[in-house]
Amino acid sequence: MARIIYDALAEIVGKEYVSDRAEELFLYSRDPGTMDPKKPDYVVLPKSVEEVQAILHLANRERIPVVPLGGGLVLSGLSRPLKGGIVLDMKRMNRILDVNEKSRYVVVEAGCSQGMLQAYLNRNYPHLKHSIPDSPPSATIAGNILIHGSGHMSQATGFHSEMLNGLEVVLPTGEVCKIGSCSTTPYWFSRAPLPDLAGLFLGWHGTTGVVTKLAIKLYPNPAKKDVMMFLTENPDYMPDIISKVTGTEMAEDLNVSASQLPDYMEGLQLSLIYVTANTIEEIDFKKRTIRETLRSYINQKEGGFMFVPTIAKGRFIETPLREMTKFADSKKGGGFEYVGAIMPIELFPEAYRKGLEIAAKYETPYSMAVRIIGRAHCMMFAYAYAFNRADDNDRKKAQRALHESNIAALELGGIPWKAEEPAQKLILERMDPETSRLMNRIRAALDPNGIMNPGNWEVK
Amino acid sequence: MYQLKFDENVCASCATHDCLTRCQYIKLDIEQAKEERRKILLGEDSRVLSECATCYACEEYCPYGNHPFYQIVELQEARGIHPAPKPIEKQQVRMLAPEGKMDYRELSAPVIDMCAFGMFEKFSIQGKLFDGVSTISGNDIFCNLMYLHFAKNSVIKERLPKAVDNIRKYYVEKNKLAEVVCFHDECYATFKSWAPAFGVEVPFKPVHFFEFLLREMRERKGEIRQLPMRVAYQRPCSNRLIPETQPLVDELFELVGAERVQRKYDRENALCCGAVIMTHGRDDLAEDIRKRNIDDMKEAGATACVFNCPYCLVALGEAVAQEGMMPLLMSDLCRLALGEQLKGWGE
Ligand SMILES: Cc1cc2nc3c(=O)[nH]c(=O)nc-3n(C[C@H](O)[C@H](O)[C@H](O)COP(=O)(O)OP(=O)(O)OC[C@H]3O[C@@H](n4cnc5c(N)ncnc54)[C@H](O)[C@@H]3O)c2cc1C
Ligand code: SF4
Ligand code: SF4
Repeated sequence: MARIIYDALAEIVGKEYVSDRAEELFLYSRDPGTMDPKKPDYVVLPKSVEEVQAILHLANRERIPVVPLGGGLVLSGLSRPLKGGIVLDMKRMNRILDVNEKSRYVVVEAGCSQGMLQAYLNRNYPHLKHSIPDSPPSATIAGNILIHGSGHMSQATGFHSEMLNGLEVVLPTGEVCKIGSCSTTPYWFSRAPLPDLAGLFLGWHGTTGVVTKLAIKLYPNPAKKDVMMFLTENPDYMPDIISKVTGTEMAEDLNVSASQLPDYMEGLQLSLIYVTANTIEEIDFKKRTIRETLRSYINQKEGGFMFVPTIAKGRFIETPLREMTKFADSKKGGGFEYVGAIMPIELFPEAYRKGLEIAAKYETPYSMAVRIIGRAHCMMFAYAYAFNRADDNDRKKAQRALHESNIAALELGGIPWKAEEPAQKLILERMDPETSRLMNRIRAALDPNGIMNPGNWEVK
Repeated sequence: MYQLKFDENVCASCATHDCLTRCQYIKLDIEQAKEERRKILLGEDSRVLSECATCYACEEYCPYGNHPFYQIVELQEARGIHPAPKPIEKQQVRMLAPEGKMDYRELSAPVIDMCAFGMFEKFSIQGKLFDGVSTISGNDIFCNLMYLHFAKNSVIKERLPKAVDNIRKYYVEKNKLAEVVCFHDECYATFKSWAPAFGVEVPFKPVHFFEFLLREMRERKGEIRQLPMRVAYQRPCSNRLIPETQPLVDELFELVGAERVQRKYDRENALCCGAVIMTHGRDDLAEDIRKRNIDDMKEAGATACVFNCPYCLVALGEAVAQEGMMPLLMSDLCRLALGEQLKGWGE
């Protein structure tokens, strides 16, 4: 039977783009995070919408699970095939199809990576940019949008899913469906004013269909960029500081990092406030406004801006931040995962203290990173754990610390983002039963044979 | 341990109170100066403690070699005054803490002490002037004098004797060095001013970097091409502690044929680069000072600015370059006169 399916897949995508070889199945069974490996039966790399459709028809016929995969960098094991089946690696569908300069959006295929789009815009439309996450540049635009990712413009513009203008999706049963303005006109300018069906695919971890194309918003790319670094030593100040800085409407991105390493930063909170502008006068004005909004902390000597000369700012200004990826590999052996809990700003102090507590319990240096989303409507509060993947005890220890962080986030009133399978269960246990029932009904309607990424968001 | 040598009787009979009346950051007439000095001598609160920009200038202004600034710093710390925001102070104090990683090293003279600024080696210790020199650097030999800006004299007292001892034990004695060249003006100032003021013994001979440059340049006199440059000199805070090194600047300028432009803010009237004041959170003052420095250089007709202190270069260099003047360290100026190419920061 396996041979027949393999041949059928080869027939659809060509022999070079299907594999059931042990070494490939090994690689596709895991991601850099802590979750246990889950082996697929086949790995397939389609090149066209038609090929995706044919694969889904086959999967429905044979009742084989299908797991869409972008860059595979989500870290929480969401594209490991929990119940085996086909990993549908979208990386060959990576074209940039259209840039609309006036309405500022771009249409890409689902396998287009962050790095590809960034390089393309730099070269051809240097006055435009998209909001970039700090993941390595091989992460895909689709993978990031579909999990409600966030990035360098999220303070100003919200979750990356809010920047989505439209989708082309192959439904689990194989029909190609357009969502947003592109369903009705040749343009991909927005999801409004139609019923917003994009929600059927956002945050679902590939359980409701395979996205093949999407349009995202682009933004002006001002020539000047600077970062201001504000240092404090009391987490209780943070909600007010965040509120004050975002209240100026002048920061494009606002991150807070609190880390035990390097040791001179222990106990301190470092707010990285990013400002962009077209002229020196504009950037100076913005920086001064932000500075003065924090004047009371400075005057009381409770907080201050670090003096950082321009030549030392480069590594804080680049997008994505290479330092993040370096940190991710700080234990060597390539293991890294974080609980990114989405929560209201006022929970900062409690969330921070919880992070210290959990890290101390697991005898690991604490490392927290916070990204403010949408003018402080909420924040992504990350508890990060680097570990050595070659050392299974270390991996398991990080896994337990992450699980505890997920529980803590929920107890505080937050929700783990891109939650691992066990954390999805924790969320569902707390969710309004009518909400989870609705999820279940939607899923059953879209995917009658339950082939899409089964084991995720599974509602009992 | 390490008591400041300060003679209150000298102040009692001091007619001018130059230390405070000449301060560029706190405006005091003679009567006010006397009153604030009296309070300081009694260990009482004084506006000077919170308004001091830590420019070190009063150390130079006192005609009697009393140590007014060191005394201010001691009192600031004793009274729990923090010129900089506390988290910044904490981070800075920790960041340059000794690491206890000393080891014996074979060195060949001349030996240049880069202090904690080892990163400057690849830009500044280049070219034939430095053929055959050895460098030493790192937190374990850091002079720590910068903590004067943070009212943390205790940190210097704690760390400097150990740093001095490390230099002696691991480098000087082992290699039978006759002297140690101080790349950073501040190290030399530590050894020649702060250490004797607080009774810390320095068991080797420190040499100012400019003295070293002068020697090397004189040896290569025949190779020097006169530089038709109009150069502004930016004097750093640390140089207020060692005014006796000032003539070295003129001698070097003369040797390379560069004209030291007449600035309003030079010599005893020099202004801080602004970085420390910015770190203190006094941004408006820092910006004002920065602007006054740059405007002054331009008005004096400078085409380049030579910095003594690498930190001042980092702080002010970009603004200097934006105004069309070339930011240089003194060693860069010498290298230009020897016809060498400089390496830029980005390269
Ligand atoms: C060092 C580091 C820093 C990071 N920083 C950030 C950050 O700043 N912001 C942020 O948001 N994330 C960050 N991440 C997390 C993650 O890497 C990104 O969110 C990344 O964009 C995920 O994209 P991906 O292509 O790797 O997705 P994948 O891991 O491939 O997929 C994610 C999920 O989407 C589904 N999926 C993928 N493609 C499709 C498709 N075409 N159709 C349907 N479902 C699909 C998958 O099944 C899976 O459930 C970081 C990760 C690392 C390692
Ligand atoms: S410190 Fe010097 S200048 Fe100041 S009052 Fe005393 S003696 Fe006079
Ligand atoms: S150090 Fe400078 S600012 Fe402070 S009192 Fe002395 S001269 Fe004035």
